[in-house]
Amino acid sequence: MSNHKYHSGKHHSGKRHSVLPGFNLALGFTLLYLSLIVLIPLSAAFIHTAQLTWPEFWNTVTAPRVVASYRLTFGASLAAATVNAWFGLLVAWVLVRYPFPGKRLVDALIDLPFALPTSVAGITLTAIYAGNGWLGQYLEPLGIRVAFTPAGVFVALTFIGLPFVVRTVQPVLEDIEKELEEAAAMLGATRWQTFRYIIFPAVLPALTTGFALAFARAIGEYGSVIFIAGNIPMVSEITPLLIITKLEQYDYAGATAIAVVMLVISFILLLIINLLQWQVRRRSTKA
Amino acid sequence: MTIEIRNLSRQFGAFTALNNINLKVRPGELLALLGPSGSGKTTLLRVIAGLETADSGQVLFNQEDSTDKHIRDRHVGFVFQHYALFRNMTIFDNVAFGLRVRPGKQRPGNREIHQRVTELLQLVQLDWLADRYPHQLSGGQRQRIALARALAVEPGVLLLDEPFGALDAKVRKELRAWLRKLHDDMHMTSIFVTHDQEEALEVADRIVVMNRGCIEQIGTPDEVYEKPANPFVYEFLGHVNLFHGRVHQGHAWIGDLEVDAPEYPEAEDLNAIAYVRPHDIEVNRTLNGEPALAARIVHILAIGPIVRLELAGQDNQSADNIYAEISKARFRELRLAKGDQVFIKPRRLDLFPGDRHLALS
Amino acid sequence: MTAIPLSQTSPAPHKVVTQESPQVRRILILLALSFLSLFLLLPLVAVFFEALRKGWEVYFVAITEPDALAAIRLTLIAAAIAIPLNLLFGIAAAWTIAKFEFRGKSILTSLIDLPFSVSPVVAGLIYVLIFGLQGWAGPWLREHDLSVIFAVPGIVLATIFVTVPFIARELIPLMQAQGSEEEEAAIILGASGWQTLWYVTLPNIKWGLLYGTILCNARAMGEFGAVSVVSGHIRGLTNTLSLHVEILYNEYNFVAAFAVASLLALLALVTLALKTLVEAKVAQQASRGNHS
Repeated sequence: MSNHKYHSGKHHSGKRHSVLPGFNLALGFTLLYLSLIVLIPLSAAFIHTAQLTWPEFWNTVTAPRVVASYRLTFGASLAAATVNAWFGLLVAWVLVRYPFPGKRLVDALIDLPFALPTSVAGITLTAIYAGNGWLGQYLEPLGIRVAFTPAGVFVALTFIGLPFVVRTVQPVLEDIEKELEEAAAMLGATRWQTFRYIIFPAVLPALTTGFALAFARAIGEYGSVIFIAGNIPMVSEITPLLIITKLEQYDYAGATAIAVVMLVISFILLLIINLLQWQVRRRSTKA
Repeated sequence: MTIEIRNLSRQFGAFTALNNINLKVRPGELLALLGPSGSGKTTLLRVIAGLETADSGQVLFNQEDSTDKHIRDRHVGFVFQHYALFRNMTIFDNVAFGLRVRPGKQRPGNREIHQRVTELLQLVQLDWLADRYPHQLSGGQRQRIALARALAVEPGVLLLDEPFGALDAKVRKELRAWLRKLHDDMHMTSIFVTHDQEEALEVADRIVVMNRGCIEQIGTPDEVYEKPANPFVYEFLGHVNLFHGRVHQGHAWIGDLEVDAPEYPEAEDLNAIAYVRPHDIEVNRTLNGEPALAARIVHILAIGPIVRLELAGQDNQSADNIYAEISKARFRELRLAKGDQVFIKPRRLDLFPGDRHLALS
Repeated sequence: MTAIPLSQTSPAPHKVVTQESPQVRRILILLALSFLSLFLLLPLVAVFFEALRKGWEVYFVAITEPDALAAIRLTLIAAAIAIPLNLLFGIAAAWTIAKFEFRGKSILTSLIDLPFSVSPVVAGLIYVLIFGLQGWAGPWLREHDLSVIFAVPGIVLATIFVTVPFIARELIPLMQAQGSEEEEAAIILGASGWQTLWYVTLPNIKWGLLYGTILCNARAMGEFGAVSVVSGHIRGLTNTLSLHVEILYNEYNFVAAFAVASLLALLALVTLALKTLVEAKVAQQASRGNHS
């Protein structure tokens, strides 16, 4: 009763007329900082592209080498995010449900890809998967070449996207009420049926969010990929690298045009992710 | 300090939190704002404090318009429902905060602060907790510290938002009596918000009953309980039985029961509702020659000196079951048992013409 | 069956219906740990192993040569400028969003996260478009003999861009969970806005601040893509540690590259350790607000 009152009270006491000072100062500083650091520079990309005519722009962003790079970037990102979705769910499940020695250490290590600089990840993965590398020397005789092929791109993107799904699914799994599963078991469901019909639907929004986050991150990734990719035009050249290549040739217009395509895609993904997270929040407050 | 509220209104979107409120708070009194959730009582308290601004209307402290005065200059003491103790400070520092943040010249010296805080902690009987942190205290202790902190700045008025709302029943009772006593000692104008009618009746000098942003009645506990101004107040304060009947030319009928209704001499066969408190219902084994309503005992609760009877009316004059309270002695005298038939008669009732739903809105 | 660990949290009968059979559990744990070993543990081990391949002596030479020291210095400078600015921004943004209702709040919240969804390469590129020789401010900068691109200011700007959201997005949910009652109480007791911020708000969010700073620092010191675009890769001048790794690697100086990389990997491990320690404190700070 008192809890309910507290919330309804909160709801009605809208903070628009808050007695706390500093709204104008804080909002002003926030907007100024965001504008100077983020918004104005980002708008530069769009304004710069406007110098191109529409056919010029179109020809630049649909040149065969650019299209090949999209295909690689999106394909590898999609594959990496998919692998991360399934294994991320598994890892989150194991971390939340099962006790095992060294669990806290493993839990802490999950965030390594966030903390490790991408260039370090890049050269290390190359050292592992190169023909004479730690794993490469065993894979090569089997006819599996990872480094300097699209497979290398996939490996690097899997590494950097690994924490996203784990970290979005983990809290949702922790919050699932034991009673739900007990109820399912008492109604005669097998463990697999309980997972399939009770647990999986509950974590699905979080899983999708994690997938989208990993995918979005992978598309823009640069540092960890360029060392292991081999960067062969039309084969293993990712889109961000193409931007740098054009920049080094002083083709600013070309670089910016491709950057604008990537920005638009990022914004769309951001929008989707926001919608997904909104859905996750709505579900959790309903429960 | 006197507080006067004139024509105060406040809207949150489509929701009317306060609708043209007028109220005078007398100096030194302990006033309760009583009402259900969403009745606007907390909003009114926050507007008085200056935590919320009104859309229109005025708040006057000692006849001086304070509507646009900054909260710092209003000299109000405010006790939050969830106490809002500073979790990173000790109890001592919490109480001392209001003194320490004063601008240079008005700030008391360290010795003075120490003395003042110690006095206040003694007043709330918690001086032994000075070095603890809020999370180490029980709910009741936090409540008293919140009060000491509010008093430290020597406010002209003390405002308490659901002061006992977050406490369990036993602590709540103890603190109620304690707060009443503290108020009697200090005689500071105080307003507290509550949704608990028992709390308001027990502690307050006067009660303001609120509903849907409006004031339904202002009066002493005795007045609002014994002479409710309207059906809402009747139903909100204490248990009440409801009978459907008719009024006609100064008389009312509930079933066969006829009672005088001198307030309605002009009424021509009007629908009416009668409200009767459980302790105003007389229970008899037989008719005694007087008109009464027949009822059957459905349930008996005989714990303590008062026995509560749940009765099913046999004349369909009451939609719900009827509750009656009689003394244990009377209960033994009548030798009542579940399933017995009895005859009931209101000793006192209040009539409100119209249908219940009309009367309530 | 002796492998039942001590850290079981709920009583045994509870587990019967809501737990898989021991075989299934073991297989799932094994599968998860194999995946993590392959993708996390192996690279981590490899960094240090490759760095020390030719012994400690070579290692120390690699990380103490002048170019490496210059890279360390520049990395520290960039972080030392980016972090305090982002701290100020984080506090201002969180104060705005957590303590007030206003139109466009959700848009502002999304805008703060924007740098996370921009490719680091694009982040670098936009600064080139503004401050580069052909950029908006290019001619003016050249007239005044100033350079941003291929110089330290560009590196600092790119670093700030990629780390803008870190502290703000830690503080916003924390301050929202804590509510504004304590601040209101402080104001009623006569405190000014700054006093309230200093004595009430900041102590309440100190662990969140630290947490955000740790994450912000890790990214600031390790950023590669954005910095790479604006740096120009001038050894000893515009090389951060992350870029220095690339240069050494491209010169086939693998041991030195991994030596410098191991410093960054060490930083990552310290980051993870601190993060784990502070995480519990942040959760405590957020939850204490709810039931006190």
